[in-house]
Amino acid sequence: MIVPFGHVLLLAGVLFMLGMVCAVARRNLVMILLGVEIMLNAATIVFIGASLRWQEMEGQVFVLFIFAVAAAEVSVGLALIISVYRRTGSVDPNNYNLLK
Amino acid sequence: MTLSAILFYILSGVILAATVLAVTRRNLVHAVVYLVISFFGSALLFYLFGAPMLAALEVIIYAGAIMVLFLFIIMMLRVGQFQEEMFPLSQWLPAAAIAAVYIFVGAVLVYTDPTNREVLVSAVATPQAFGRYVFENHWLAIELVSLLLLIALVGALFLGKSSPHRQTPESRRET
Repeated sequence: MIVPFGHVLLLAGVLFMLGMVCAVARRNLVMILLGVEIMLNAATIVFIGASLRWQEMEGQVFVLFIFAVAAAEVSVGLALIISVYRRTGSVDPNNYNLLK
Repeated sequence: MTLSAILFYILSGVILAATVLAVTRRNLVHAVVYLVISFFGSALLFYLFGAPMLAALEVIIYAGAIMVLFLFIIMMLRVGQFQEEMFPLSQWLPAAAIAAVYIFVGAVLVYTDPTNREVLVSAVATPQAFGRYVFENHWLAIELVSLLLLIALVGALFLGKSSPHRQTPESRRET
């Protein structure tokens, strides 16, 4: 006997909001990518909780795929950050004004 | 309140505190280390929810690989010289208020939901059963994910390779 499923949802919801705040309010590309990671982690917590709630293995399989997509996303995202840092010498999105 | 419930609340408190600290740090290295603590908490939560295989994968992939990759990039970027300016309070206060309303509504919904009285029964999916289930029912998705990882590898290689024609900040300073 652990806790009601709603408490898991609430924890994941608060965690998702924190990730969203990190992705939206910070002016640093690395922190924006970290915010995306936090949001993906919140989603995995919901999937594992739901997998336990309905006693189905499907949710856990989905978490496996979320891990793989997160790994792919973060590698390409960090490569993009390196590439744009080489071009502009900055990781602040406000400085990307080459088209102005 | 059972022992598992107490463990769940302790873990969720640690996860939320570590994530709040990570989101508010100015120093990127501190943020990443706090996030590692948060991911360890998530891994323990997975273990509590009966997914030992995924708990191990969370430690290996998230806390191990992804966060170490972030640390390498932060060391490469020399962002110490770069002073990040936060948004002014008047800009993010409405967004924070809306987020607070959302959390409040969610809490009320969770509290009033009649089906929520039943608590989760603990069960364990052993790694053997999990692996068998994955490769019996989702083998095609596994192949597609391996293809996705290959594409990500090639894309990261292509993006990270410095081409001689590209204009760098150093060359622009010279001209």
